[in-house]
Amino acid sequence: MVDTTIGAAGVIQPAEVKDVELYHPKSWVTKYVFCQDAKVIAIQYAITALGIGLVALVLSWLIRLQLAFPSSFSAIGPTDYLQFITMHGMIMVIYLLTALFLGGFGNYLIPLMVGARDMVFPYVNMLSYWVYLLAVLVLVASFFMPGGPTGAGWTLYPPQAILSGTPGQDWGIILMLASLILFIIGFTMGGLNYVVTVLQARTRGMTMMRLPLTVWGIFMATVLALLAFPALFVGCVMMLFDRILGTSFFMPAIVEMGQHLKYGGGSPLLFQHLFWFFGHPEVYIVALPAFGIVSDLISTHARKNIFGYRMMVWAIIVIGALSFLVWAHHMYVSGMNPYFGFYFATTTLVIAIPTAIKVYNWVLTLWRGDIHLTVPMLFALSFIVTFVNGGLTGLFLGNPVVDVPLSDTMFVVAHFHMVMGMAPIFVIFGAIYHWYPKVTGRMMNEALGQFHFWVSFLGAYAIYFPMHYLGLLGVPRRYFEMGDMAFIPQSATTLNIFITMAALTVGFAQMVFLFNLIWSLFWGKPAGSNPWRATTLEWQTPETPPGHGNWGKELPVVYRWAYDYSVPGAKEDFVPQNQPPTPRAA
Amino acid sequence: MTTAIILVLVALGSVLFHILSPWWWTPIASNWGYIDHTINLTFWITGFVFTAIILFTAYCVFRFRHQPGRQAIYNPENKRLEWWLTIGTAVGVGALLAPGLFVWDQFVTVPKGASEVEVIAQQWQWNFRLPGEDGRLGASDTRNVSSSNPLGLNPNDPNGRDDVVIEGDALHLPLGKPVKLLLRSIDVVHSFYVPEFRAKMDLVPGVVTYVWFTPTRTGTFETLCTELCGAAHYNMRAKVVVEEASEYQAWVRKQKTFAQLSARTRQAKGTQ
Ligand code: HEM
Ligand SMILES: [Cu+2]
Ligand SMILES: [Cu+2]
Repeated sequence: MVDTTIGAAGVIQPAEVKDVELYHPKSWVTKYVFCQDAKVIAIQYAITALGIGLVALVLSWLIRLQLAFPSSFSAIGPTDYLQFITMHGMIMVIYLLTALFLGGFGNYLIPLMVGARDMVFPYVNMLSYWVYLLAVLVLVASFFMPGGPTGAGWTLYPPQAILSGTPGQDWGIILMLASLILFIIGFTMGGLNYVVTVLQARTRGMTMMRLPLTVWGIFMATVLALLAFPALFVGCVMMLFDRILGTSFFMPAIVEMGQHLKYGGGSPLLFQHLFWFFGHPEVYIVALPAFGIVSDLISTHARKNIFGYRMMVWAIIVIGALSFLVWAHHMYVSGMNPYFGFYFATTTLVIAIPTAIKVYNWVLTLWRGDIHLTVPMLFALSFIVTFVNGGLTGLFLGNPVVDVPLSDTMFVVAHFHMVMGMAPIFVIFGAIYHWYPKVTGRMMNEALGQFHFWVSFLGAYAIYFPMHYLGLLGVPRRYFEMGDMAFIPQSATTLNIFITMAALTVGFAQMVFLFNLIWSLFWGKPAGSNPWRATTLEWQTPETPPGHGNWGKELPVVYRWAYDYSVPGAKEDFVPQNQPPTPRAA
Repeated sequence: MTTAIILVLVALGSVLFHILSPWWWTPIASNWGYIDHTINLTFWITGFVFTAIILFTAYCVFRFRHQPGRQAIYNPENKRLEWWLTIGTAVGVGALLAPGLFVWDQFVTVPKGASEVEVIAQQWQWNFRLPGEDGRLGASDTRNVSSSNPLGLNPNDPNGRDDVVIEGDALHLPLGKPVKLLLRSIDVVHSFYVPEFRAKMDLVPGVVTYVWFTPTRTGTFETLCTELCGAAHYNMRAKVVVEEASEYQAWVRKQKTFAQLSARTRQAKGTQ
């Protein structure tokens, strides 16, 4: 067997702390509703996130229909359009992606992958979900209030966000801010759990440098979120005060439609700084779990260790740290002191280096692997394509002069959908196909999965790749219609129709996915405990789906890193992390 | 096999789309050709990297796909390769950043002789102000705004009396003269963008921002608002006309000054 410093089994310490006593549910309600088991909380998070995500998906159809056929829908007016894009964007980023990666995958995978019985604070973990659900309900309520939800854009820039020229000024914006505040409270409860569990509840032998990259990604993302969300939190509170109490944190002297408002002295740019101090790390809050998960998908399904594990871990840490130093690259043309541009351009382009290293290591993991083109692997490949594409267009927007003509155009919309829309969503799909057998004991249907993959991947690429060129032409984002602008050729409308067709097709494929999700629950092939022949601990549980407390009587003991695939001389092409080393024949 | 071919098609299709795309930037009408060059350079570097990575992935998927008897190799790391890739990437990133910062320096540094024009945005209309014969813009403040003084000029500042006020109409600019736009908003954040000029900058209530360029081509162009400013954001447009100096002078003479406008409102009020 090859000796690698990472894989070699160290000395296993005897257990220092007694095994934890778990809370045992006494009734149906405490078992499935107010449940403290992280696995159930994970599923509650996932279902809620997918449910509200469906709303965002439907909104994207309405957006696309309006853009393709601007004069055909009398039911969609300019204010409706703004409400659609705002709710679509906010739901996708916060209530779907953040909640699903951290609340969903984090809760399910962290305790299992580190060999713990549960999260360290199960009760707070349960509260986290219920506060999240409340946040979602408040958000949904804004659709039904007079004036409807806010149309301020997902960036919520004041002053317009709280003035009457923007739809949803009565209730929409108040409920939006309240919902975000609730979300952050709920997230903080869960997030503290994830961090402490990773740091304190790893089983014997599970050193930090033996953690699967999935755990590293979710762990680092949670750290970022705990540091970044407070900036949004104070921004929301201050804006609520401006809106309800008439303070002027973000409001200078304003004459709105001929009326002098009772505001003065505040700074709209202050909000933008707070927002992006949160907003940029938010990109990585979504991306880092995706990075981690996709590493494990590629390694498992290519039957090969992840290439450059230590470099991968360091890249996650460096990206996480740098992500706090780049926020104002979203503000090159915001009117802030233009000399900031030099600093933020430099830090932004420096992040490209550790990010590129990660990409190289993913494709180098494929090199001389034994690639099984399963549905999770296919989604991992589509992640590579969309992430590389979106990452590279990030180099356009990170460079301030290039950003000047492109910012706030459809180029930006295409860029962020590739890199933080499609790429992480594909990882989520891959991850669902991958872990579904562990969660339910059944495989998802392969043929439907293949169909879902090909339509989603090629369809999404057809939506967003051409969209960049509309932005290059100069078509602005958040436009209800392009109107008769001289510089926009007729063919741009044709392209818009094409993009909409692609979007509707992709949307249809998601219905197939939902069908598969439910169908397989009852009729999927029984999976067994380790259908992908994977090394990480969650596949080594005594029961599938794992029972309360995960591990039966004895906690597992870890002897090796998470990537002992195709080890020369080993009987099988994978060696589970908890398999003791065979005594070496002398 | 199919997967590998489709990956190749995605890479080549993207390149082909790029080459054949009829959707491309508008013919430039300002001095910011540098920006176009930087975009082109970025397209070359990123296009190369994109194609290389996707084709390499496709090759791996084809060459190392699962077949009976295949075993993956076991190589946890390769320090030398990782360092070379890191250095190569750093060089590529540097090649983008250096010209970018060089041009950004020009973008934020207004040349000495630039004439000043003020742009005042409001929901959902563009207004402009020229300095008048004294060449100086008078002071202004949102708190002075009224129906007879829509741009909020300070009525006591003598510099402002000859300022030319253009309310909700086209802005004219002389060809070939650098112009510094002073950007102001009286309500929410807007953004001034003329695709042909490549220039863009937000107008933020409470502060004055700026952007500069030199028009290099005569014609009529469209100013769009590119920062979400409420319901009619999509419709907040104005014309910018670039013309020869003589025509420009003729146009300026036809415009009303602040003093004339105030006198007129005063008269209107008097006759009531
Ligand atoms: C196939 C699915 C999707 C389609 C067809 C779609 C379509 C669109 C379109 C056309 C816009 C821009 C409208 C405009 O600016 O005028 C938009 C905005 C946006 N989308 Fe998506 N989208 C999809 C999925 C996603 C996902 C997965 C994310 C998650 C990151 C996302 C996040 C956003 C955000 C943040 C905005 C900006 C909203 C704003 O301007 O305030 N979208 N979407
Ligand atoms: Cu950012
Ligand atoms: Cu606007």
